[in-house]
Amino acid sequence: MTRAAPIIEIRDLLKTFGAVVAAKDINIDISRGEIVGIIGANGAGKTCFVNMVTGYLSPTSGSITFEGVELVGKGPREVTHAGISRSFQVSQVFHSMTVAENLRIALAIAENRGVNALRIMESDALEAKCNDVLKRYKLEDYRDMTVSVLSQGIRKLLDIAMAVVSEPRILLLDEPTSGISVEEKFDFMDVVMGALKEDNVTVLFVEHDMEIVERYVSRVLAFYQGEIIADMSPDKALADDKVQEFVIGKRH
Amino acid sequence: MLRDTTSKVVLFGGIAIILLGAMMPNWIVNQLMFGFSRALAILGLLVLWRTGLVSFGHAFYFGLGAYTVAIVDIQLGVTDVFIRLLGGAMIAGFAGFVIGFIMRNYRDIFFAMLNTAISMVLYGIIVKTESLGSTDGFAISLPTIFGIAPETKYPLFVIITMIAMISALAVNFYLKTTVGRLTTPIRDNEIRVEYLGFSVAHAIHLKYTISAVLAGGAGALMAMSLGQVDPDSMINWTVSGELVFITILSGPGNVIAPFIGSLVFEVLRTYAFELAPQAWQLIVGATFLTIIFFLPGGIWSLIAKLGRKNS
Ligand SMILES: Nc1ncnc2c1ncn2[C@@H]1O[C@H](COP(=O)(O)OP(=O)(O)OP(=O)(O)O)[C@@H](O)[C@H]1O
Ligand SMILES: [Mg+2]
Repeated sequence: MTRAAPIIEIRDLLKTFGAVVAAKDINIDISRGEIVGIIGANGAGKTCFVNMVTGYLSPTSGSITFEGVELVGKGPREVTHAGISRSFQVSQVFHSMTVAENLRIALAIAENRGVNALRIMESDALEAKCNDVLKRYKLEDYRDMTVSVLSQGIRKLLDIAMAVVSEPRILLLDEPTSGISVEEKFDFMDVVMGALKEDNVTVLFVEHDMEIVERYVSRVLAFYQGEIIADMSPDKALADDKVQEFVIGKRH
Repeated sequence: MLRDTTSKVVLFGGIAIILLGAMMPNWIVNQLMFGFSRALAILGLLVLWRTGLVSFGHAFYFGLGAYTVAIVDIQLGVTDVFIRLLGGAMIAGFAGFVIGFIMRNYRDIFFAMLNTAISMVLYGIIVKTESLGSTDGFAISLPTIFGIAPETKYPLFVIITMIAMISALAVNFYLKTTVGRLTTPIRDNEIRVEYLGFSVAHAIHLKYTISAVLAGGAGALMAMSLGQVDPDSMINWTVSGELVFITILSGPGNVIAPFIGSLVFEVLRTYAFELAPQAWQLIVGATFLTIIFFLPGGIWSLIAKLGRKNS
């Protein structure tokens, strides 16, 4: 079986903070359309990995090649322009604006790069797109509510919706379901993954809940002390001794 | 571009003021000229304030604009009102663009005070330099309009009002563009703005340069209205404070607010001074406190409220 060239290639990624090694020997290729789950105990280096891929942190050494373009050295904005978006462990939205206002500005920025940013923002086309996103992410009921009064779950949905309006080819979600009640988690992920499937986005998401991992991903990366200790299908990963010991925390 | 209510009010209001000005006594025309000139600087501070940035040093650009007029007058004999205005606005704008590379990295009190520091340097240089007029400043010859020296102040008043209208319309337009809308988003969450793909530094740099151009234009028009420049009424830090004062008095709600706020300030200061020459600051200060407590959105919020009641 010949596989298509990977969409992203990560080689020998290393990140140290003084004596702390947050990432080490990270070598992975990810193909277009894969849904990858990133698991690991607290402090294993998951967020650090997401931050490096999205330009928030620059690695101590190593390379990240996305569609043939080197990402190391690029900042968040350039990585976004290259075609990679992210959401955050703690949602990062504009809290004193309404849901619709958040989406409108996200859409306008995605569409109006460079001098086009000096064009009038309001338009029927923008409004239509905004409504479309509200619908796909089931945010219609919250449309005109200020973010600061909304629950964590709604904020997280908005955070993800804002990340995808730039039509990224890769989306990284840092703990999309944290802060969401157990009963709501699956509904939440159904909304998100359903919306993403339509766009054929390659998704990497950090998750602590193994039921979510099993249900939605095609591949698991398990982190332990900055290193990837398992890179396999979810059923194999969850049965793996090392994963059991270092990620899930059960000892045999 | 001119379809919204604000644009219409600016357009028709401005024309009405120009027509009424022909019948008004001189002292009112003067107050309007001073008020509208200064209002341009307030308009620039509004652009910054909406993004959460307050500069306590915009007298720097105001003074640059004013002194440019004086220097091109004295050194080059330029009397044309438009060349003087353009010169003042462009010199200030260029300075703002250059200094903007530094300012765009600072926020809050650091942004405010760094601007103060720069304005104090300019103040110091001018006060100490005889050839720049030192503490006395310069008298400026009357401006000419297309080569004609007008006999009254009315033509200059018309030009200032028209410049005010054009500036208000331009800023009103700018505030509706994508970068113009990056106000609350930058205040709320800069990281998210970057991840959406927009450079916060670039946005702030643009806002800062716009505010410098407007403050420079304001200084140039003020210099021509007054017929003189001097460091204490153009560049001193108290002038910067005054600009911030009027900005808060006006409120950030609308591009018309700076013009109303400036006029209110002119009237307030004139009457306070006549009423209590020793304690006019007391009256101005008390007004300021009243505004902050009862009208945190400035005079504009009152107008907006009345407007909503009537409609
Ligand atoms: N800016 C920093 N300075 C110093 N150390 C850091 C920094 N950021 C992360 N670290 C360290 O790097 C390691 C990995 O942190 P990271 O945030 O990636 O963990 P995580 O897997 O996302 O954990 P969690 O599940 O708690 O979110 C930790 O030991 C952390 O203390
Ligand atoms: Mg984390």
